[in-house]
Amino acid sequence: MLERGWFNKMTELLKLVEDLTGLSGPSGSEEKIRSFIRKEAEAYGDELFVDALGNLIVVKRNPDGKKILLAAHMDEIGLMVTFIEENGFLRFSPVGGVNNEILSGTKVIFDNGTAGIIGREKLKEKETAGINRFYIDIGAKSKDEALERVKIGETATFYPSFHHMGPRVTAKSLDNRAGCALLLQVLKNLPASLPNEVYFVFTAQEEVGLRGARTVSYRLNPDYALAVDVTRTGDTPEPEFKMDLALGKGPAIKIKDSSVICHPTVVQRMIRAAERINVPFQLEVLERGGTDAGSIHLSREGVPSGALSIPCRYIHTPGEMVDLNDIEGGFSLLVELLKDKW
Amino acid sequence: MFLKELSERHGVSGDETKVRNFVREKLLEMGIKHFTDSMGNLFALKEGQRKNEDPGLMITAHMDEVGLMVSSVEKSGHLRFYKVGGIDERSLISKPVRIGKEGIPGVIGSKAIHLQKKGEREKALTVDELYIDIGAKNKEEAEKVVKPGDFVSFDTKAEIWGNVFKGKALDNRAGCAALLELLSRKHDCGFTAVFTVQEEIGMRGAKVAAYRVNPRIALVIETTAAADVAEVKEHDTATVLGKGPAFTLKDDSVITHPRLLERLIEVAEEEKRPYQFRRFLGNFTDAGAISQARGGTMTGVISTPCRYLHSSASLINLDDLRNLVEITGGFIRSVAGKGLV
Repeated sequence: MLERGWFNKMTELLKLVEDLTGLSGPSGSEEKIRSFIRKEAEAYGDELFVDALGNLIVVKRNPDGKKILLAAHMDEIGLMVTFIEENGFLRFSPVGGVNNEILSGTKVIFDNGTAGIIGREKLKEKETAGINRFYIDIGAKSKDEALERVKIGETATFYPSFHHMGPRVTAKSLDNRAGCALLLQVLKNLPASLPNEVYFVFTAQEEVGLRGARTVSYRLNPDYALAVDVTRTGDTPEPEFKMDLALGKGPAIKIKDSSVICHPTVVQRMIRAAERINVPFQLEVLERGGTDAGSIHLSREGVPSGALSIPCRYIHTPGEMVDLNDIEGGFSLLVELLKDKW
Repeated sequence: MFLKELSERHGVSGDETKVRNFVREKLLEMGIKHFTDSMGNLFALKEGQRKNEDPGLMITAHMDEVGLMVSSVEKSGHLRFYKVGGIDERSLISKPVRIGKEGIPGVIGSKAIHLQKKGEREKALTVDELYIDIGAKNKEEAEKVVKPGDFVSFDTKAEIWGNVFKGKALDNRAGCAALLELLSRKHDCGFTAVFTVQEEIGMRGAKVAAYRVNPRIALVIETTAAADVAEVKEHDTATVLGKGPAFTLKDDSVITHPRLLERLIEVAEEEKRPYQFRRFLGNFTDAGAISQARGGTMTGVISTPCRYLHSSASLINLDDLRNLVEITGGFIRSVAGKGLV
């Protein structure tokens, strides 16, 4: 299925993924991601605006067509500083689903470039560590020195860790910069006129409860919606969840997760689009986890919704992993889907 | 401020009438236009001094408190009950309560300690092992004055201990008192004040109130837990009494809008008022529902720190409440002057 220009597109995609995962954008503080995407997207939409919660909306107008909302969340999980000890250590609370097990020794970074390492207090035998047993060490010797670099309420994210290994890529925040990159590429490569009106929405605050998507779908009131996000895989030794999804076998068309049962019309359209252009795909049934489609499909009187997922290993760790071919496949699938009159 | 009157009124989630009536009375005295919606939220439309400035501001405080509800009457005349809202059931035993519209007095009891088996003594009593005793001889006598569905509220006299205020339901009657105080003052811009219902059982009143008002900016006045007591490490104290009102950075329901948080800090710094950050980032307030209403609202929370929240007797520092009022007043002035964002 190698087509002309494939190599260029892959290089472009790889660069986008590297740039996007190099930035920090914890839930509620997505400024850096938003302004990066804004710059990339500006030339391609008919209209572009930001709403009260920080969602970025790029509109491809067609007043005669159905309104389709495509959502990829910009935010990533993070650690918000709640308290600074006299000796300069920072206490924090999670923003989104942070797994305590992987925190010790992890390198993190704040918005202003301050880096730190996470440490943990000594535990009693068989004690499991609550988040209040951890701290961030930014190398400050005192509270005053720490306060010069970090304020209470600031949120750290994992330190950028992009690495390219053949068609596979590992980095922090591939959840969901991979989805952002995919959606941006779709926006840039669409024909000038489309049979539908399409809203490309880069949403805020997904990781803390699908919040940006909820308000933006109320505002835009779409006829159909599609979330673009990552999903778990079952292709590692003794995986946490038994599921028939693997890296490199194509993008996944979501059937259900714990936030949404995808609308059959949307699922069928996605499958037909993939089949028309011979893009391999997988079907996703996710036991636990949700995505923006969860809040969108319940907006107003209900919105038929689906989701395109990029298989991703080690989600919510500093070393998430995806296969670029899956993103590329998802890209082709979405472009085909949008050429179709809904 | 009407803190004593508000604290002593009973208003468990879903049964806020007595609190609402009190607030309404005060609004009438102040001559402020107001109305109530089908759920019981009370809306007050405060006019500003400068009529043409409308930043789309809504300020809310919930009227409801946590409490209990009678579930059944035993043959013995004792009442079984459910919890309404988040109450630590270990704190219930021996507390005096008031039941239903008439305020029938009762006390929460349990099997006497000498009748408890060894295992029972070692663990805290749960709601299933407690009952309310209203002094009735039997079911028939009890049913003359109470019935399943009656709301039950703690019966606690409010007291002022120097600069500390002791009472029940300070979450969130302290907020209601602050909001009433703000309504009694002159402001540059107008705003919609909402005294909401059913916050403690899931931000329910605020959800429909925010849909109706459709504000651009919302500030929620709340009361939040202080854990500044012996044996708690400083980073686990959440908030501390006497160090000023607490700004919420984030909780389980909302991430404070960064511009709104910056503005609160700016106002407090300019006016040299003490403030602190809520260091525990869990739980929820009306801000969760409001920020998610319609197309989204820039929302923040300012709270009075409170020890022993959700129990029969809690404590706040009155200076914290006064500073909350001043900072909120400054916030209104600032938003009227230069908007937000």
